[in-house]
Amino acid sequence: MAEKFTPGTAEETRAIVADALAAETPLAIEGGGTRQLIGRPLETQYSLSTSALAGVSLYEPEELVLRAGPGTPMSQIRMQLDQHGQMLAFEPPDYGPLIGADADTGTLGGIIAGNLAGPRRIKAGAARDHFLGVDAVSGRGELFKSGGRVVKNVTGYDLCKLLAGSWGTLGVMTDITVKVLPAPEKTRTVLVACEEPSEAVAAMTAALSSPHDVSAAAWLPRTVAAQSSVSYVAGAGTPLAALRVEGIGTSVDARCASLRDELAAFGNVEELHSHNSMAFWEEIRDVRAFADDGGDTSLWRISVPPADAARLLDRLHTGIEMEAFMDWGGGLIWARVARMEDAGSYVIRRTMGAAGGHATLIRGNLHQRIREPVFHPEPAPVARLTRNIKEAFDPKGILNPGRMYAGV
Amino acid sequence: MPMRMPDPDQDVLSRRAEIIAALRRIVPGEGVIAEEEELRAYECDGLTAYRQLPMIVVLPETTAQVSEILKYCHGGGIKIVPRGAGTSLSGGALPLEDGITLGLGKFNRILDIDYDNRCVTAQPGVTNLAITTAVAGDGFYYAPDPSSQIACSIGGNVAENSGGVHCLKYGLTANNLLGVEMVLMDGEVVRLGGKHLDSGGYDLLGIVTGSEGLLGVITEVTVRILRSPSTARALLIGFPSSESAGDCVAAIIGAGIIPGGMEMMDRPAIHAAEAFVNAGYPMDAEALLIVELDGPAVEVDELIGRVETIARENGAQSVRVSTNEDERNNFWAGRKAAFPAVGRISPDYYCMDGTIPRHRLSEVLTRMTELSGQYGLRVANVFHAGDGNLHPLILYDANTPGELEKAEEFGADILKLCVEVGGVLTGEHGVGVEKRDLMGEMFTEIDLDQQQRVKCAFDPTQQLNPGKVFPTLHRCAELGRVHIRSGQTRFPDIPRF
Repeated sequence: MAEKFTPGTAEETRAIVADALAAETPLAIEGGGTRQLIGRPLETQYSLSTSALAGVSLYEPEELVLRAGPGTPMSQIRMQLDQHGQMLAFEPPDYGPLIGADADTGTLGGIIAGNLAGPRRIKAGAARDHFLGVDAVSGRGELFKSGGRVVKNVTGYDLCKLLAGSWGTLGVMTDITVKVLPAPEKTRTVLVACEEPSEAVAAMTAALSSPHDVSAAAWLPRTVAAQSSVSYVAGAGTPLAALRVEGIGTSVDARCASLRDELAAFGNVEELHSHNSMAFWEEIRDVRAFADDGGDTSLWRISVPPADAARLLDRLHTGIEMEAFMDWGGGLIWARVARMEDAGSYVIRRTMGAAGGHATLIRGNLHQRIREPVFHPEPAPVARLTRNIKEAFDPKGILNPGRMYAGV
Repeated sequence: MPMRMPDPDQDVLSRRAEIIAALRRIVPGEGVIAEEEELRAYECDGLTAYRQLPMIVVLPETTAQVSEILKYCHGGGIKIVPRGAGTSLSGGALPLEDGITLGLGKFNRILDIDYDNRCVTAQPGVTNLAITTAVAGDGFYYAPDPSSQIACSIGGNVAENSGGVHCLKYGLTANNLLGVEMVLMDGEVVRLGGKHLDSGGYDLLGIVTGSEGLLGVITEVTVRILRSPSTARALLIGFPSSESAGDCVAAIIGAGIIPGGMEMMDRPAIHAAEAFVNAGYPMDAEALLIVELDGPAVEVDELIGRVETIARENGAQSVRVSTNEDERNNFWAGRKAAFPAVGRISPDYYCMDGTIPRHRLSEVLTRMTELSGQYGLRVANVFHAGDGNLHPLILYDANTPGELEKAEEFGADILKLCVEVGGVLTGEHGVGVEKRDLMGEMFTEIDLDQQQRVKCAFDPTQQLNPGKVFPTLHRCAELGRVHIRSGQTRFPDIPRF
């Protein structure tokens, strides 16, 4: 890549994009640079980095709001929130090591642009649900804003929803406002030995349908559990379903006790306490078991109706050689596929079929990312809307063209 | 009350009889309404100050019929106004003289209750409350609960991104919606989302939520349901000033507590409500807080204690804690009846819906009192205190000439004030026609053009609900044009086109 622009202000960002538009020159948009490895490869001579659009410009803990530049490192945001006992409730993950980049290099802009979320997605929502307001430069070289700094707002179209998960193809964000929430006082995890995915889904469904306010539900096969840094999990020697309970101390104690009773029918029950519980869910959040180890495996993130997860896993195992675990009560499957020409794309998408959901190739080699649809193919009328939306924001294809879909 | 709407298309009006016949071929029986007498029922929604008789009303029963109707109208250049239960407080379903009002009232069935995936799929005309009712026996509920939940439809909730008293903890419609089936203006049927989470591509479901019926006609909705909390208890707290009540709210949240509901009322609202329902509200209080905590009993009990301590530290005059369901419901009775209660002390009232950063509350209330004196109109305030969403009720008498206009001007000033302190024009009622011409207070021309381009992406001929949300209607072709300024220097080696 020949040249990188690193604007320090929104106006500079706008001027660069406007110039690129005039020259009809596409730009690769990057934050910390790590997420650039996800998506279809770009062939651009120029890039625009948001790394200098950084810093927290507003944080009012009692108003539950934080505003920062997109280039602000997540580590900095986490630190500031920690000081006030608050958090980004959607549990932003760190996919760096998954895709061969360093850990802890992610930025707020990258998290929002990918609409990423961790295990608490099932309770608290994804990045999109906490994204209150934005300033951004469109591919038209215009600086626009949407949303605001208050949590309740239906004034005009919520363009934040489109920018979240658009992977830099619709606008370059220059300022981001997010909702923050109090961090739980205590966290505990109930572990249940569940051999089969179907039993695990049943146990997770029971837990998530209980009044015990379970904030995360995952299942690890034996091989994945064995890699955990939490000794009890690694040494359990059995596949495990894990249910997290958070909140104030007395409540956590009471709910854990009830959950243990109610889940005992599914298998042996154990409990992880504060530090172990936190470490365990960080591993799930960041998908550490499937970090890039230099081998030629590919990695899929598959979102499905939770009750379909076990059936889907069974079918996928008969079609391709892979290892997988479930998060989101079954609603999210992480699958590491052994070396295959198409990364398993054909079998995965065909098996998902009409049941609904989407599969994204998070890690694949260059050949796979060029040849296979990295993002889930859309039915024709939806694909037409997608193209129209791209046209509305970036008619000349200046911003990350083709990163999600060819021609978008 | 005149409201500037798109000029009626005389050609369409002259083809009325032919259009009626065509619609009757698509929707047989009594689904096409053309008699003035019957059209009258559709002339306004919850914003009754604005009325317009629709050209025709059609009440389809199937997605295929909706698709046929839209396809026909698309070809014939006929405008469509979608309508759910007609409870919009911003005029979202205000008819057009040359438009067809497409009512979804016959889409009233719950299609699927799926406990394993914790979701319900319903037709858009099903009421918000009916979803909760359908699953309540099994211990579940649908969280967003707008005050109109007995009447408002789930399709309308999607169109308006409706909230309710529980949304600080449980989110708005957008945060609880999993999927929709929707018909585009050209008759194409699309599905967005489903029973899974998030979108694999652009979040089209997210942008459709709150789009006020301008992007498509929703024909099916899938929402997430939650297990009902095992306990809920409330505190009723009186304060000597709205400032101390506001401080208390900030302190509760600052202490890491997110209550299920946290509502504030000012003195006029307290008095009106108390006179109406005798809820036992403290009449000497300047501000009243209702704080509800829900969850496991052991948690609720502990948090009640913490909130009580915080309230006393912040100058509470009186604190009552509910000890049973009757008492809790009684605390809420006054708040829930606040609008009709105010309706009893004034011939008419006009309900506003701005949101502000909470710490500006006392300043906003002070300036509102000044404005009240200036306009000579009383105002009562109820307030979703946790999320800063204000509902000032302006009291007026529509029979006094000029008073409605005065109330509207007062309302506009309140909303401008909300924007001035860093807030927004509408927290949950929508822009519709009501706040359309105030959009410029919050957005630049560039911001609004970008929003309208999203409209164009879905409805390039702008036949769906035109005249709502956007103060100026630009043609899509005009909005699509790319404006390039010359003089670029950064990309010198790139050949220009």
